[in-house]
Amino acid sequence: MSRRPAAAAVPAGQDLSLLPAAGFSAHGLWYWAGLAFMLMEGSAFALACAAYVYLMNSADQWPLEGRAPALSWGTAQTVLLLGSLVPTWFLARAALRRDLKATQGWGVLVAALNALALVIRAVEFLHLNTRWDSDAYGSITWTLILLHTVHLITDFVDTFFLTVFLFTHPVPTERFSDVQDDALYWAYVVFTWLPLYLLIYWAPRWAP
Amino acid sequence: MSAADASALPTALPAEEDVRLTRTWATPPGFWGWLTTVDQKQIARRYVVTGLVFFALAGLLAAAMRAQLSRPDNHLLSPDRYNQIFTMHGSTMMFLFAVPIMEGMGLYLVPLMIGARTMAFPRLNAMSYWMYLAGGIFLWTAFILNVGPDIGWFGYVPLSGPEYGIGKRADVWAQMITFTEVAAMAAAASTATSIFKMRAPGMTLARMPIFVWAMLTTAFMIMLAMPAVMLASSFLISDRLIGTHFYNYAEGGSVLLFQHLFWFFGHPEVYIIFIPGLGMVSEITQTFCRRPVFGYPAVVLSMLATGFLAFGLWVHHMFATGLPHMGDSFYTAASMTIAIPSGVQIFCWLATMWDGKPRLAPPMLWVIGFVITFVLGGLSGVMLASVPLDTQVHDTYFVVAHFHYVLIGGAVFPLLGGIYYWFPKATGRMLNEAAGKWSFWLVFLGFHTAFFPMHILGLWGMPRRVWTYPADMGWGALNLTSTIGAYILAAGVLVYVLNLIVSYRRGAPAGPNPWGASGLEWAAASPPPSYNFGLTPVVESRHPLWTGGGRLPTLTGLSLDHREVLLTTVTDARPDLRHGSPSPSIWPLLTAVAVSALFIGSIFDEWWIVWLSIPFALAVLGWFWPRKSHGKKVGAPDETPPGALA
Repeated sequence: MSRRPAAAAVPAGQDLSLLPAAGFSAHGLWYWAGLAFMLMEGSAFALACAAYVYLMNSADQWPLEGRAPALSWGTAQTVLLLGSLVPTWFLARAALRRDLKATQGWGVLVAALNALALVIRAVEFLHLNTRWDSDAYGSITWTLILLHTVHLITDFVDTFFLTVFLFTHPVPTERFSDVQDDALYWAYVVFTWLPLYLLIYWAPRWAP
Repeated sequence: MSAADASALPTALPAEEDVRLTRTWATPPGFWGWLTTVDQKQIARRYVVTGLVFFALAGLLAAAMRAQLSRPDNHLLSPDRYNQIFTMHGSTMMFLFAVPIMEGMGLYLVPLMIGARTMAFPRLNAMSYWMYLAGGIFLWTAFILNVGPDIGWFGYVPLSGPEYGIGKRADVWAQMITFTEVAAMAAAASTATSIFKMRAPGMTLARMPIFVWAMLTTAFMIMLAMPAVMLASSFLISDRLIGTHFYNYAEGGSVLLFQHLFWFFGHPEVYIIFIPGLGMVSEITQTFCRRPVFGYPAVVLSMLATGFLAFGLWVHHMFATGLPHMGDSFYTAASMTIAIPSGVQIFCWLATMWDGKPRLAPPMLWVIGFVITFVLGGLSGVMLASVPLDTQVHDTYFVVAHFHYVLIGGAVFPLLGGIYYWFPKATGRMLNEAAGKWSFWLVFLGFHTAFFPMHILGLWGMPRRVWTYPADMGWGALNLTSTIGAYILAAGVLVYVLNLIVSYRRGAPAGPNPWGASGLEWAAASPPPSYNFGLTPVVESRHPLWTGGGRLPTLTGLSLDHREVLLTTVTDARPDLRHGSPSPSIWPLLTAVAVSALFIGSIFDEWWIVWLSIPFALAVLGWFWPRKSHGKKVGAPDETPPGALA
């Protein structure tokens, strides 16, 4: 009901109370909060990578001393993360369909893969072959991997609690939308890992 | 304003519905309400008032510096105290006044200008303010305890590093950065989302007020630039505390890396500060010239271009470090290029004045002061873009003159004009016009008396940050002139602040639209109620109150008994869905306290980061713990048309 005629672009007399009270992705607000967070974090990742390249280009050899990180664990992590995108995609689809059973199932699988990624990350730290206080190479290598680890932890906590709630609480559209946003964030965490993987594990092997 | 005035507003609800909506959006009374409020206007007012307090404090420091420099061989201040004072002046002005107060103006005005009930993330706004306040108190407490940073507002290594920056002074500086940047980024995310998703139906991107465009550009710049300084200061603090070597040349680090990271933030920072000012200038100019801003698309595109180009200039702050010739040429060209969009905007405002009927009320005087001062500052900026000239005057008072012309002229003058212009909206009372004119002329003339001589002092070779200078350098007379100008400027600020205080209590009632302006904010009551607009306004042009023969179409249907906002589509602003908006909460404050403890603890022992992350995580969990869904509260069917919102 409008009191006066509305603009042509807006249906005249539209009653706003007939609009839906929840929606997915760009329709809602949290999706945009996620994008803003990704933009800020993306800027931090890009600048940290630039700092890595800057220090590498200023050095005569890279690593400055010692060996490059052991390739196997970093590669295993990369394979796991890329592989986790498949169930994450199914999770997002199930949430969009508001299919509770499928969302629960895929949610458990994705949460388990997140947890496994954290375990592998712990082992990665042990095989970096440098310490943060050894030299500038060690400092920047630890920065890159720590930055990414903070994201792994954040997403694990988010996914874990959301999945628990899928089993313990009624699940309205808003919660399904949260699951979908969380899936998008996980994809972001996976894709940001790829340049970091190249810098942490391959740049020391390719650098002169 | 009287109840009769309020009910005459085009967005007013019938009395009974108004009572229900007021109850729904009310902040609890008393101290608890003060701690838990999520009302965007209350938070924004705190931001602006706190910003003005820090402006005054940093101004007092400037007065102390000018007293010290007023004559040669002066020993009023000790060299160590002087180092702390210029560092505190710059850090406070940049991090605790300029950015936060512009954010505060945005938090207040954006929802009103786009016709929204509140902002997208009201609790995030609240946390943002508490973080900002905690950072400011932290820095100033340290200063009072003689642990104030003494490394310049940019904190260059190695001076700030573990080798030379003894004690905790540099740590205080580095963590203050983290506080204020977290606050700024939180406010930026909330502002950008509000602008994308909460515009009134019909307010397409092409109909957005220019101030809203300015805040959108600023929000993106904050989100992209601030991580750079957080990285720079985090590297610094970890070099100091846990033995990393980012800036340690002996272990493969680089001191220039700090400068690159700092200026990748530091240069956009200047634009983050004055682009909101450009938005205010546009709004004031069109209101007081009685016509829309000339060349709306040119002004908006210039603003976006300025925001984009600002990220390509940072190296011009580092010409003196020695660059390859290609680098010199590129950054000179880029630095000169940014004068083009700034020039386009200046010409658009001049054309607006030329074609309009300017009324020289105080806000318009500030705009004219801005044009004169900003153009002068821009010209010395183009001079500094030239490497030979920059190398000659690098780190001299010429640079001090330049950036004060740009920042005070480009940001503070529009801000003072903007506060004067929107004061009636926020308080319901008019400021005193005579006092307004006095304050403008005192500030304007005092400013030029204070800062113009610095160009000459710089060309004569007077370096920045010197504590005193010998009489035979011949700098005494111009320095004294500069000091006299600074005190005239301070007198003008005092008149301005007194005008705010007295008018807040005794000013003439303003009514909803005292200036006859065109934007939606003037369709709300003065001061606006907690829910901003009773009925949802519909926008049919860029100037909704100037077109449509004085009628403003409205829509109904948003909940009166639950906090509910309307979300619209990103480009066309078509009604899309209803969304719940959070009620007052203590969690933002608790989260900010936990993060503050973590930041402060971290400069004493790195393990505090680990231990204090536990209360932080608990606070965040409390904050985001899922509650009853909004759909259920308002009784909306959970099953919306299949695929309609996919």
